[in-house]
Amino acid sequence: MNLLLLLDMAAAGRGDDVAVQAGDDRLTAAELLAAAWGGAELVAGASALAYVGTNGLAFPVGLFAAAAAGVPFVPLNYRLSDDQLHDMLTPLGDVLVVAEGAAADALAARGYRVLDAGAFVATARKGAELDDVPVDGEGPAVLLYTSGTTAAPKAAVLRHRHLTAYVIGTVEFGGAADDEAVLVSVPPYHVAGLANLLSNLYLGRRIVYLPQFDAAAWVDAVRREAITHAMVVPTMLARIGDVLAGAEGDERSLPSLRALSYGGARTPAPVLQRIMVLLPAVALTNAYGLTETSSTIAVLGPDDHRAAQEGDPVAAARLASAGKVLPTVEVQVRDEAGGSLPPGEPGEVWVRGEQVSGEYAGREAPLDAEGWFPTRDRGWVDADGYLFIEGRSDDTIIRGGENIAPAEIEEVLLEHPDIEQCAVVGVPDDEWGQRIAAVVVLRAGADLDAAAVQGFARRSLRGSKTPEVVSFAASLPYTETGKLLRRVVQSELSQT
Amino acid sequence: MLRPGQKLHSAVCDAQLVVVRAPATEVEVGCGGSPLLDDGQPPAGDAALDASLGDGPLLGKRYADEELGLELLCTRPGQGALTVDGRLLLVKGAKPLPSSD
Repeated sequence: MNLLLLLDMAAAGRGDDVAVQAGDDRLTAAELLAAAWGGAELVAGASALAYVGTNGLAFPVGLFAAAAAGVPFVPLNYRLSDDQLHDMLTPLGDVLVVAEGAAADALAARGYRVLDAGAFVATARKGAELDDVPVDGEGPAVLLYTSGTTAAPKAAVLRHRHLTAYVIGTVEFGGAADDEAVLVSVPPYHVAGLANLLSNLYLGRRIVYLPQFDAAAWVDAVRREAITHAMVVPTMLARIGDVLAGAEGDERSLPSLRALSYGGARTPAPVLQRIMVLLPAVALTNAYGLTETSSTIAVLGPDDHRAAQEGDPVAAARLASAGKVLPTVEVQVRDEAGGSLPPGEPGEVWVRGEQVSGEYAGREAPLDAEGWFPTRDRGWVDADGYLFIEGRSDDTIIRGGENIAPAEIEEVLLEHPDIEQCAVVGVPDDEWGQRIAAVVVLRAGADLDAAAVQGFARRSLRGSKTPEVVSFAASLPYTETGKLLRRVVQSELSQT
Repeated sequence: MLRPGQKLHSAVCDAQLVVVRAPATEVEVGCGGSPLLDDGQPPAGDAALDASLGDGPLLGKRYADEELGLELLCTRPGQGALTVDGRLLLVKGAKPLPSSD
């Protein structure tokens, strides 16, 4: 099944309702479909359509224009250097680049065929004759660079059949109420931005784009646009909490907001707890997924959050989980020899399902013979099927033969009222193989020394899990989507 | 044999469908009492809608026979009821998941 079919159905359903909006610029589903075919004429002859820009109409128009033209859509991080963009564009061959501002000029100067994003949308909107929706589901719909927190970035290949299986399997066509609107602040080059667009278009929910995330602008947009739904990454959730907590009276609440989902990285417990207090009427959902799995594969829903808030101890412990795996996805936890592990035992998380691609451009797919994909995340499943993710397998600290998940130690440290952020990594050690190091960011005005941090950790953790080295930093390196760059922390520690 | 992704259309109404899951065996899928047609295949003769079979498919709904492993997605609504080997295809119950996007 082809991605364009989802838009074709949306246009056939509530085609005259606003589907996507950026500022005061709006497109109905029918107009978006016409723009897709208009854009396809510009793409004709190119091997791929790359998009280098912020959230805006060029993103949905570009995605569907590429689908109509039968070439992959490749959204790239507009913050990357010209050299990095060049490295990602080169393997695409005769690519058409749609870009904003300075990136457009820089890439044109390097000889790429570049269209300014505004001009691309304006020309596409003039439309073209609607053709039949392509039948093809096998072709690559989107090439998406993974965040590369542990290795060099690589392009995940998401075929039309993966993305359509995700949408059709997880959301009900036209299921949104007439007044529903979703605010999108995750970037277009992130799988959450892609899933957001497809799911909400299929649901019939008005999609409102925030060009780039800023907490105050996000809160303003929720109020101004009567936003009912939104998805954010943990760093955004923390900053939204800061803005709301610092406001007075009515400014502390978001009356139109019904549901808020968060994911993309592990959410610190204090950040979540504060949001639950600030927005008690909002239905919260934690989503876990990977680029290679076409977004969400497990969800912890509003009922689980409510039960935790009401004091159910089992539910409270599950707030740290990724929730239950989707009915359309299977999960297995395996040991190093590949054997399946029983509930409660940690190992590598493997998943299988129609939405799971697991394929990278120019590399052999890491799927096993039965189609299982190794997520490279370590985790375990409890007796009721809740999936707990401990972190990336590559991040596991091995100290004296013991496997230690940095997340467990970080969660403890973040409970300290003076600690705002922290990163726990393994550093080389002659005796133990690795030793546990913590880098701590203190809240403004706080005064804490290394011994106090270790003493606090020791209250909840046994000695072998207590950080042996504690250093302090003014900030930690994160990707724009809230993932801690452990490689950077580790290499900085090794140099000092 | 049906195959996933295949487009079908009704011989007797406006209904259009896409095969989401295809059974491993040969089956006959119908709409309004006449066999569903493959993409581009014109209706043969003077097939008429048999309205007594039930209601036609609704846009965006999935129609399935779990036993056979058959599932069709309605991409354009119509008046003719969907059948497989003469049995009515049932609308697949929506199991709403919390909004994660």
